[in-house]
Amino acid sequence: MHLSPDEMIFWQYGLLKLNGTIVFTWALMLVLTLGSKLITRNLSTGLERSRWQNLLEIVVSAIERQIKDVGLRHPRKYLPFLGTLFLFIAMANLGTIIPGYEPPTGSLSTTAALALCVFVAVPLFGIADLGLRRYLKSYTEPTLLMLPFNIISELSRTLALAVRLFGNMMSGVMIIGILLTITPFIFPIVMTVLGLLTGMVQAYIFSILAAVYIAAATHTRGSDTRGSETDLRPAPTP
Amino acid sequence: MTIIAVASIVTAGLTIAMGSIGPALGEGRAVATALSSLAQQPDAASTITRTLFVGLAMIESIAIYCFVVSMILIFANPFWNHVIAQVAGK
Repeated sequence: MHLSPDEMIFWQYGLLKLNGTIVFTWALMLVLTLGSKLITRNLSTGLERSRWQNLLEIVVSAIERQIKDVGLRHPRKYLPFLGTLFLFIAMANLGTIIPGYEPPTGSLSTTAALALCVFVAVPLFGIADLGLRRYLKSYTEPTLLMLPFNIISELSRTLALAVRLFGNMMSGVMIIGILLTITPFIFPIVMTVLGLLTGMVQAYIFSILAAVYIAAATHTRGSDTRGSETDLRPAPTP
Repeated sequence: MTIIAVASIVTAGLTIAMGSIGPALGEGRAVATALSSLAQQPDAASTITRTLFVGLAMIESIAIYCFVVSMILIFANPFWNHVIAQVAGK
């Protein structure tokens, strides 16, 4: 039993290794890019649409609505980044129904790379929206004393993003592996279904958290009421 | 060598056992509160559900950290590798 798809080695030449994570990530990239290329090749604006175009429209508009609900006012600006994150993680986690496939998100390298993307993208979006001075000032937002804590939270939430996705996917694979040795007939299938659900929820959570972080970076705290803080407040009682 | 194995396995069990108590209680409270607010305000269902999922992920990540630590202790123990390297060096 191995801990992550890093340990499945397909091809090796000296120091160059082609492990499971890389191979499955490339396969996913191929499927995603080729699929969207083929579907968007002949789009139509009329009532006659292919079913694949309908599917993509549903996916894109649902992601756009979710981004808007988090509190980002111009979802089109953030749609490419957040949508790509969601689609990649969702496809990576849903691929577990294919036998022999191991989710590349079950490797800490993939999730760390995705979390680093968020770590870099949040200040970039913040600076693009607020300007460098106001963005840097938002680190000292309540008082100057909070500066180190804001920086620590920036780092720790990146770590949390990476370890959360990795832990969830790795535990899914691990539980199925352990169950196969104990009750190898029906029960692993039930756990696989549960793993698919967890995978979708994790993909949703990863992209929603990225959206919440971007929303927190693009609104100055206090001056704007439609920040991410309003979303985490409990609903008012009637 | 044996004592390191015993300590790692017992610590891994203790880690996941104690580390799952807190998140379990927290998730139970969060879901119960979300259910009662859903019953009061069915219109706000989408907001409540989204916030609930994000919150649950935050709470659950604590348990996941404990799980990762116990998996490291069992499958990728750094002390274990150190001891094996020392024994091999002799």
